[in-house]
Amino acid sequence: MKTLMILGGGTAGTLIARKMYKELDKGTWKIVLVDQDPNHYYQPGYLFVPFGMYTAKHVVRPKKNFFPRGIDYITAEVERIDADNNRVTLTDGRQLYYNYLVIATGTDIHPQETEGMLGDGWRKNVHEFYTYEGTLALTEAVKNFKGGRIAVQITEMPIKCPVAPLEFAFLADWYFTKKKMRDKVEIVYATPLSGAFTKPVASQALADMLKRKNIQMEADFATMEVDSSANVLRSYDNREIPYDLLVTVPVNMGAAMIGRSGLGDDLNYVPTNKETLQSNRYPNIFVMGDATNLPTSKAGSVIHFQMETVAENMLAHMRNKPLEHHFDGHALCYIETGYSQAVMIDFSYDVEPLMGKYPLPVVGPFSLLKSTWINHLGKMGFYYMYYEMMLRGIDVPLPTRYSLVGKEKTPTLNLENERTPKNV
Amino acid sequence: MSDVLTAVSFDAEGFMTDGNAWNEEIGKAIAAREGIDLTDRHWVVINYCRAEWKAKGEAPTLRNITKNTDVSTKELYELFPGGPGKLAAKVSGLKKPTGCI
Repeated sequence: MKTLMILGGGTAGTLIARKMYKELDKGTWKIVLVDQDPNHYYQPGYLFVPFGMYTAKHVVRPKKNFFPRGIDYITAEVERIDADNNRVTLTDGRQLYYNYLVIATGTDIHPQETEGMLGDGWRKNVHEFYTYEGTLALTEAVKNFKGGRIAVQITEMPIKCPVAPLEFAFLADWYFTKKKMRDKVEIVYATPLSGAFTKPVASQALADMLKRKNIQMEADFATMEVDSSANVLRSYDNREIPYDLLVTVPVNMGAAMIGRSGLGDDLNYVPTNKETLQSNRYPNIFVMGDATNLPTSKAGSVIHFQMETVAENMLAHMRNKPLEHHFDGHALCYIETGYSQAVMIDFSYDVEPLMGKYPLPVVGPFSLLKSTWINHLGKMGFYYMYYEMMLRGIDVPLPTRYSLVGKEKTPTLNLENERTPKNV
Repeated sequence: MSDVLTAVSFDAEGFMTDGNAWNEEIGKAIAAREGIDLTDRHWVVINYCRAEWKAKGEAPTLRNITKNTDVSTKELYELFPGGPGKLAAKVSGLKKPTGCI
């Protein structure tokens, strides 16, 4: 018997396990999946919990519900990968050998990387929404907020779901308007980037939206420290942002085990061929999702678009064929903007987010870079698509390849149909 | 613009299109255009950026620079005010860092 081992049973690990279980000959191959956490978290939902749109039970389900029954699922922590010897050692001492390995160990927050972030204010008035515990603690802080300044801050790029902090700012504007206390709440969006987003057209559109929603942007803000004694954020170039509530996105890093195994870059992401998704160093290792160092977003949609490439190329490699399937960096994000509206952006390695319609040219139904109600339905409906289709191996009707058809190449920045607060 | 730079090709944001065409004179001229007076400490960063680029094909991240030289993040911001990652790459004749998407 040969072994395909998958490290990580989140979105990427689950999807590839299902796909390969379908593809591989069961007489020759067994699939072993290792993950340390028995729960599957619906991470896009973390954003909605603090605003009462979801509750805790929406965002957590047992992982094993989504794995194919025929795979070996081991709940354990990985101590290290010895890639030269095709061996994985678990922290309990067990040693497992593989013929092929998929690394899908994701990314996590590291607040300890920033001076003072874990100080006296942590989980009191310094919060994050990238973990289950974090979003629940933040929910209480938002509910009990009496007014003052909220700083939404990104510590360092790259981060998982780079639009999430923007969405948090938009939703906070909406939430406190609805509570009739927006005049008592100041919202500041602090980012290490030079604008609201990494790509120019979307950056301009989103910056306009921040302005209209009366959210101040502090760009090029490279966070040096959080000072809980004064409730102040400080940057390396000596700027200060006082806050009453800090909603931070701490430094994101890949799994420490990747670093221990000598397989990571400075942030423990695995250097990966951006087209074939094969490890740059080991031909029998493929890497998926947030664990890679690829220059695309760390997001669930990216995993969906990567799956075919990983599966096809791994199968080709097993048959000594060339790796012909090329990933194009396709990412698709909904940006929830409050008032039951959302913006959608669709981009790849080579093409920045443009205006237009998705997934069908002209028809849509989703509008790119525009704030619409239909986009919002798409975002909320994704919850069901994710649990009931994507994780269960049913084809999600979103094409893998990025397409320019239906996109306006000279974009006009028009967000006119965005609803204004008068409806509240 | 200084004469040294007239023959050099830049992209729209002022990053050199061909890192191999760079030399120290060009580096000094780009720095001057950005309003930076180069000191020995700048050269520690520039030389490291050049070496990393030669080895890996792209400009190093700030984290990479501070991990592998004796220059701290705080000092990097003093040496290359504004955006040290971008500015150091620019002066070193490298393309804009791709790190953040």
